[in-house]
Amino acid sequence: MFQSATETQAPPRTQSDCDVELRKVFKVFNGETAVRGVELNVRRGEFFSILGPSGCGKTTTLRLIAGFETPSAGEILIRGESANQVPPYRRPVNTVFQSYALFDRMSVRDNVAFGLKVKRQNPSEIDDRVDRALQLVKMEGFAKRFPKQLSGGQQQRVALARALVNRPAVLLLDEPLGALDLKLRKEMQVELTNLHQDLGLTFVMVTHDQEEALSLSDRIAVMKDGRIEQIGSPEEIYDRPKTPFVADFIGDTNLFKGHIEECDRGSVVLRTDTGLKLVVRPPEDPNDRTVGRKAIASVRPEKIRLSRSAPETEVNYFEGRLQHAMFMGTHVHCVVKLTSGETLTVRQSALPEGHLDDRASVYVSWGPNDGLALSV
Amino acid sequence: MSITTNPPPEPPKLKPQTEASKKPFGSRWLGQLVLLGPAGIWLLLLLVVPTLVILELSLVADIRPGDVVNPDGFANYLRAFAPLNLTVIGRSISFALGTTIGCLILGFPVAYWIALQAPKKWRNLLLLGFILPLWTSSLLRSYAWITILRRTGVLNSIIGIIGIPPLELMNEPPAVLIGMTYSFLPYMVLILYASLEKLDRRLLEASADLGATPPETFLRVTVPQVFPGIAAGGLLVFITSLGDFINPELLGGASSMTVARLIYNQFLGQTPNWGFGSALSTLLILLVSIAIALLLKYGDRDAKV
Repeated sequence: MFQSATETQAPPRTQSDCDVELRKVFKVFNGETAVRGVELNVRRGEFFSILGPSGCGKTTTLRLIAGFETPSAGEILIRGESANQVPPYRRPVNTVFQSYALFDRMSVRDNVAFGLKVKRQNPSEIDDRVDRALQLVKMEGFAKRFPKQLSGGQQQRVALARALVNRPAVLLLDEPLGALDLKLRKEMQVELTNLHQDLGLTFVMVTHDQEEALSLSDRIAVMKDGRIEQIGSPEEIYDRPKTPFVADFIGDTNLFKGHIEECDRGSVVLRTDTGLKLVVRPPEDPNDRTVGRKAIASVRPEKIRLSRSAPETEVNYFEGRLQHAMFMGTHVHCVVKLTSGETLTVRQSALPEGHLDDRASVYVSWGPNDGLALSV
Repeated sequence: MSITTNPPPEPPKLKPQTEASKKPFGSRWLGQLVLLGPAGIWLLLLLVVPTLVILELSLVADIRPGDVVNPDGFANYLRAFAPLNLTVIGRSISFALGTTIGCLILGFPVAYWIALQAPKKWRNLLLLGFILPLWTSSLLRSYAWITILRRTGVLNSIIGIIGIPPLELMNEPPAVLIGMTYSFLPYMVLILYASLEKLDRRLLEASADLGATPPETFLRVTVPQVFPGIAAGGLLVFITSLGDFINPELLGGASSMTVARLIYNQFLGQTPNWGFGSALSTLLILLVSIAIALLLKYGDRDAKV
């Protein structure tokens, strides 16, 4: 039933294969601008995430797509048609709310059937579709229960079924896994991926959990202060962040402030404010590869090597002291204070030469391709 | 730069025994007595004892001031079910029902607007505006309605200007209903407001998200969610208007005799009959108790989960 979801909707009028399009969308609340000129396209069948810290405008963006807020400026298109004037109850989208917002006075079955009942579907079809939606989320045995009698994970499944049963063009998920504990969250992540693959639906998810966004999404939009910092695949966002914010927010990283001292096609030399000379990959934008320009270098903790003696490279090695090393199971998390004053986090699969005392003198090093210069 | 933090320390475990359970038995009793004693004595002397006296009096036929109390049967109760008295009881119930429905119809939209749509900073002021009439004497308010509703009153003067013939509202049931609805509307608004204010707006959004138009959302989500408030408000208005004396007395005239007036007559009227009055009072208490029992049983489904 769900596989046919995209066929049951009216074909898009425009040629674009985008399910959701935001064009220079602004939203102002009582003088506070929550969303500043957001532009994004969500392709049909894509798992798209909007990622950012709290207060970055990501939930407002989702609410704009759902229709709970109207844009102060700009245009929202759903399936190629302007949705600015369309109330939420006429939009072909359904939402899984942050804390589910299940109707606590209705049974699980009535919750899931709600959307079909208000659309006046005939009762036998409602029964049929509700049954299949509950099967889909493995909740068929709980139809008669009430939301209060369910665990968080079960409520989550009911919320999913309640949205999916309506065969929306786009499924909106507002921090869908935020209220679940870690183990359940991992389970539901797998199930969300499976659902997305099985149904071929377009998913738009809002999350502040970068790991969740990286592992689930086809593409991610990173938001900050109401603006989109970067849109790209998880690999792009992680390996080629465009701004220091993205580099820092997605995964751990070490940032060095400085300016570009030398520049050629494959690498740049960045002189940090503390006087270190780093050789790293040049900024994405060729216009930013100019000598003298301020820049920030980002080096991921897992790219840094830790050694007791000076490494045999000519660049990117620095002396420091181990501040502390924490065993994390799969890796060892180290903090190294360089003699120049910077504090670095380093991730090693194992400490060099077995045990190292705290305060031991160590060298850190990385290859010229392991760091990336970012324009400020 | 990434920052590593140590896991937060575990919160101290709660002591399995609370302080109170360790105290000696006597001092626990004393503490509760200090807290509940004054109000308890007040209730005992002014509510429980008089109610018992009424119960006893209701079992004496034809008792008058000064007679010896000698309970002898249910004649007073049987008399209450005479057709004439049944009419009065029935009228009281219809007034109370009418007032409840009137308050609900007028109060719900107002409470809804204040709780969900009015700007937050104005809410308390708006509520205050609704409670304000409660601060004046109910007697005064009923007299005010007389000047509005009587044949030569404000209302008839105004509708006379646009050519509508004067309405005969005074000393008729409509005047009683208007006065009572006005008197009890603030209670209804307050209780409905308290209920609507707690309404989870995300449920309204979820309903809209699932395709329900605003009227459908109202009927399928809002009303079921605030049903306990509707029941509580309705019951409070029903009970208070069932025993209302001033409005029927001042606005209703001779044609609107209610139970309250009938009871009054048995104690302070021309031909007093304390026994019959007490029986009527007992019946009234019984009626109200049934209403409260119904509320407790069906009003708030949450209380039973």
